[in-house]
Amino acid sequence: MLDPVLASRIQFALTVIVHIIFPVVSMGLAPFLIYFTWKDIRSDKVIYEQLRRFWTRIFAVSFATGTVTGLVLEFEFGTNFAAFSKTAGELFGGPLALEGMMAFMLEATFLGIFVFGRERVSDRLYFLSSIAVGLGTWLSAVWILIANSWMQTPRGFEVVMEDGQPIVHLVDPIAAYLNPRFPWMFVHMQNAAVESVALLMAGIGAYYVFRHHIWGYPIDNIEFWEATLKIALVVLVITAPLQAIHGDLYARHVVETQPQKFAAMEAIWETDSYVPEYIVAFPTSIQDLLDPRAKEIFGLGIPGGASWLASGGDPQATIQGLNEFEGPQPPVAIVFWSFRIMVALGFWFILLAFWGVYRWWRSELYEDDLLHKALMLSAPLGLLAVELGWIVTEVGRQPWVIQGVMKTSDSVSPGLTGAEATATLVGFAIVYLGLLTLYTYVVVRIIRAGPPDGDELTTAESSSPPQTEVSTDD
Amino acid sequence: MTDVGTLASDTLFGLPLADIWFGLVFFILGMFLFLDGFDFGVGILFATRDDKHEREQLLAAITPFWDGNEVWLVVFGGALFAAFPAVYANLFSRHYLLMFAILGALILRGLAPEMYEQREDEPWQRWWGRAFIVGSFAAPFLLGIFLANWLLGATTLMTLPGIIVGLTVVTLTVVDGVAFLRLKTRNELRDEFKTDGYRALALYLILVVLTLSAVYLTAPELRSALLSLLVVGLVVVNLVLTGIYAVATRSDRYYVAFIAGAGLVFTLVSIIAGLMYPAIDRVEGLTVGTAIVSPLPLNIMSIGAALLLPLIFLYFGVLYSVFSGPIEADESY
Ligand code: HDD
Ligand code: HEM
Ligand code: HEM
Repeated sequence: MLDPVLASRIQFALTVIVHIIFPVVSMGLAPFLIYFTWKDIRSDKVIYEQLRRFWTRIFAVSFATGTVTGLVLEFEFGTNFAAFSKTAGELFGGPLALEGMMAFMLEATFLGIFVFGRERVSDRLYFLSSIAVGLGTWLSAVWILIANSWMQTPRGFEVVMEDGQPIVHLVDPIAAYLNPRFPWMFVHMQNAAVESVALLMAGIGAYYVFRHHIWGYPIDNIEFWEATLKIALVVLVITAPLQAIHGDLYARHVVETQPQKFAAMEAIWETDSYVPEYIVAFPTSIQDLLDPRAKEIFGLGIPGGASWLASGGDPQATIQGLNEFEGPQPPVAIVFWSFRIMVALGFWFILLAFWGVYRWWRSELYEDDLLHKALMLSAPLGLLAVELGWIVTEVGRQPWVIQGVMKTSDSVSPGLTGAEATATLVGFAIVYLGLLTLYTYVVVRIIRAGPPDGDELTTAESSSPPQTEVSTDD
Repeated sequence: MTDVGTLASDTLFGLPLADIWFGLVFFILGMFLFLDGFDFGVGILFATRDDKHEREQLLAAITPFWDGNEVWLVVFGGALFAAFPAVYANLFSRHYLLMFAILGALILRGLAPEMYEQREDEPWQRWWGRAFIVGSFAAPFLLGIFLANWLLGATTLMTLPGIIVGLTVVTLTVVDGVAFLRLKTRNELRDEFKTDGYRALALYLILVVLTLSAVYLTAPELRSALLSLLVVGLVVVNLVLTGIYAVATRSDRYYVAFIAGAGLVFTLVSIIAGLMYPAIDRVEGLTVGTAIVSPLPLNIMSIGAALLLPLIFLYFGVLYSVFSGPIEADESY
């Protein structure tokens, strides 16, 4: 039996790591869908209807899976982190309730119309529903990130002991909800979602383009895949550099607000100036591999790089080391490597985007087989970068669940037994493995089936008038 | 620092916000049990249909709605968390395994129709059909147990009153499912559901009587509340509504039956709330007055809810009017 604290943490990590995949897909797809819907209504090019219908199917599956996995998370705060929920409920419950009322309600109702109602509503209401759905997904990110960013940089509250339990009281709602971390997180997250979806689209488009143009297979609707690839490349070439530039500034904000986390991201133990930015760092002996405090590491670094990153341009700047902070440290290796890989991926996406755009500009987009292979392999990597970024954020703030206010070890439900927590953890491991397999299977099937046929669409549209409702009731 | 003035010391306009939120939490729960309830009912009635085309009609009847309907549960959790955080924390952690069982049932119920539509072949659809039925039965059943445990302050997973209430909720979802399907289907199919409706209604009546007796026998501290004017009145209204439902079903007044079904859910939920009040967590001895959050977050949430709930009704109004009337099985993406 695992200890209830450990089991709850692993379970929360597992369930949220699975959940985030689906919101990223829906948040990232939302602007694309609004654009496709607009073009579909405004132009008579059949390709936009194909794009809208094809990507709406993927959106719908992601949304349904996002709903069921999200519900689990919302309940988990109560089931597993009851002490945290009691302590922080006053600040934390509000955003979750508002998220439900403001965002999910909007999204879920209009999704019904957006997915099933094309024939039943006017162009205008249809377009409005696409906006409502997109707005709903983005608003849900606003509220959930308000909740999370408050845990990173808590503001606008005071702690009062009530019946032996610290209770956080809201005193300044604006300071609490618009805490300094929130804008950083929101921009980084939403741009990451759009970038990840652009990578998915580019990879899928490249797969068909590759098979057709390089292997010479006949592919139905090849123009559809070519268009998908090009639209994705345009979005990628905008979002990829933005993400890196923004991430660099974001890191500086982390230094100011959570120096311990930044020290873990860079694996810096002693306070020092002119700190190098290690690209790789490796312990030099076997024992050190297991010891997070290992100092004898072999590193390959850019001299002054970390100081430069932390201060915004000064390679001589001083960085506080982990040894300055009393008490337990975050698991440095996880944070360090997750950060490294996210940043590396960020630069790889920039390279990929410019490579693709360069080929396109030279009119060789369909000829470079290496490019297409790279795009295909990179399709899921945006999602990977998102997961890693979240691991940096969440693991890096350990041992705190609310930075400086409450320890994670104090946040778990007091009555929870190791047996119960282990049982549900094992259950989730199995159920979520099945869930991910099914989701992948279904999405692959949708991709294999391709868009609805162009010729059929045009004829179908003109020959059958929109269904009118004949109500036979009372 | 922002000046929050009297928002931090008094409740908005001196309103009894703690009581209002107690009512609101149960109202939201009622919305969920009614709206997603008929989805569950449709899922259970799915078991009575073998014909592929009929099954598809049943699915098509709920697919545009279920996601929106389920959000009421999300909002229930959020509202409870925001207004009574200690109750949210105690209740959900106390019924740890039960909560995850509910979530498991909801996962199954949510995925099954989505999966069912993905492939045409027989074994696939048979298995996902079963998953749909099991999830649709288990979710309201377990939610009923949760409600009973909450009301009675039970600390164990399964109790006899819990099982009775669970079954009551299940039959009620079938009653509502029938009323909904009779709005959404045509001709013979529509007529065939009549018998299902009567049967479910009869069972429901028996189970309500059993529920009330179980509460009377197992929870002496609730006896006086049970005999109070409010609760007795609500029980009478509930019984009258079953009569209206039966008559409306017989005479094919589809909307009347549907609204009577809604009334049944809301009166049942009100009975539970009425029995519970003013306690809100018996085990920890919390009442509505002691468990409520402090005025500032409460006021903010109240303003938020007052602005957002009317909008939500507007969204649902649009959704249900776009898809009003009988639906065709071949309508999809
Ligand atoms: C496509 C995904 C993606 C890519 C390519 C990047 N990031 Fe990122 N990053 C995320 C996706 C992400 C995220 C969405 O997963 C996080 C988690 C929390 C957040 O706000 O964004 C994140 C967190 C995150 C944090 C932690 C903030 C905290 O602790 O709250 C920092 C410092 C950076 N990022 C910096 C960067 C830098 C310097 C990048 C250079 C290229 C970069 N990110 C690329
Ligand atoms: C969706 C992206 C997210 C991912 C991938 C993620 C990842 C994680 C991980 C890996 C942990 C375990 C950390 C540890 O115990 O060492 C964790 C813990 C936690 N996260 Fe997140 N997180 C995400 C978003 C959020 C959000 C939006 C919130 C709040 C609204 C949140 C609240 C928490 C809480 C309360 C814990 C448990 C306490 C703890 O272990 O620190 N997370 N998360
Ligand atoms: C630990 C924290 C989290 C909790 C408690 C949570 C809760 C939920 C809940 C209850 C739902 C279902 C809503 C419905 O019924 O429609 C949901 C879906 C969703 N969540 Fe989360 N969530 C968490 C993390 C995140 C993060 C980090 C994001 C993005 C920034 C996010 C964005 C979304 C979106 C956009 C949906 C809509 C469904 C979809 O589009 O797939 N969630 N979440």
